[in-house]
Amino acid sequence: MKRFARFWWDFVVGDDWRVAAGILVAFGLTALLATTPIPAWWVLPLAVAAVLWLSLQRVAR
Amino acid sequence: MGLTRGWRPALVGAGAATIALAAIVAALGPALTVIPIEVLRLVVGALLLVFGLQWLRKAILRASGWRAIRDENAVFARERAEAASAPRVEHAGLDWYAFTISFKGVLLEGLEVAFIVLTFGSTQGSIPLAALGAGVAVVLVVLTGIVVREPLGRVPENTLAFAVGVMLTTFGIFWGAEGAGVDWPGDDAALPGVLVFVLLISLGFVTALRRRKPAFA
Repeated sequence: MKRFARFWWDFVVGDDWRVAAGILVAFGLTALLATTPIPAWWVLPLAVAAVLWLSLQRVAR
Repeated sequence: MGLTRGWRPALVGAGAATIALAAIVAALGPALTVIPIEVLRLVVGALLLVFGLQWLRKAILRASGWRAIRDENAVFARERAEAASAPRVEHAGLDWYAFTISFKGVLLEGLEVAFIVLTFGSTQGSIPLAALGAGVAVVLVVLTGIVVREPLGRVPENTLAFAVGVMLTTFGIFWGAEGAGVDWPGDDAALPGVLVFVLLISLGFVTALRRRKPAFA
């Protein structure tokens, strides 16, 4: 069971769990903003750029 | 496995995994069609995005010199030596090592493909069409591999991984945002814009990381 859970964690989340966590937060923010008159399309692309860069920075310090 | 441990257990393992994959797709495919499209796009988009970023992150690190480029020939030689030296245990008349490695390899790689086909098919409303596309792709890849093996072997693996990462991330952003309630400016016409954005930031990150002292020269 533990190995099964580990497999799915590695399969979906991968090396850096912070990337998945950051994306989840960005989705929450997007959904929240989409309920207001403010355009929300820009949140996810910017979040992807930020999350990816921060993850790369952790390796390339 | 076929070369080092014999073709029979390797082919039986690959065949059993193909049957398991077909059962998973047959069970999941119809189930996906009853989920509301917005929910599906949100879940699929989030999964594709997380998945795509894993590919992209590794490809950027390799392209910028911060992670070693995989030497496919060395990996093949090492794994072949490991397979040849593994102890031989028989179950059901089969070399169990060859069977399980073949089964797991085909199932895991197949799951990745099945996931992409099911998600693309369900979000665009036609799983059979997506499955047909995947089938045609398999035939084309095999034929191309036979006809132009040498030139294809020179295409860097990391370039392919980079392209896959960019594509998965692009579709993840696009569908995920739609699922979260976003209206893209220009609707579907925004997709190429997202693709260009992901491509440009990825290339920019490669350039920025290359300027620092790389771990692997």
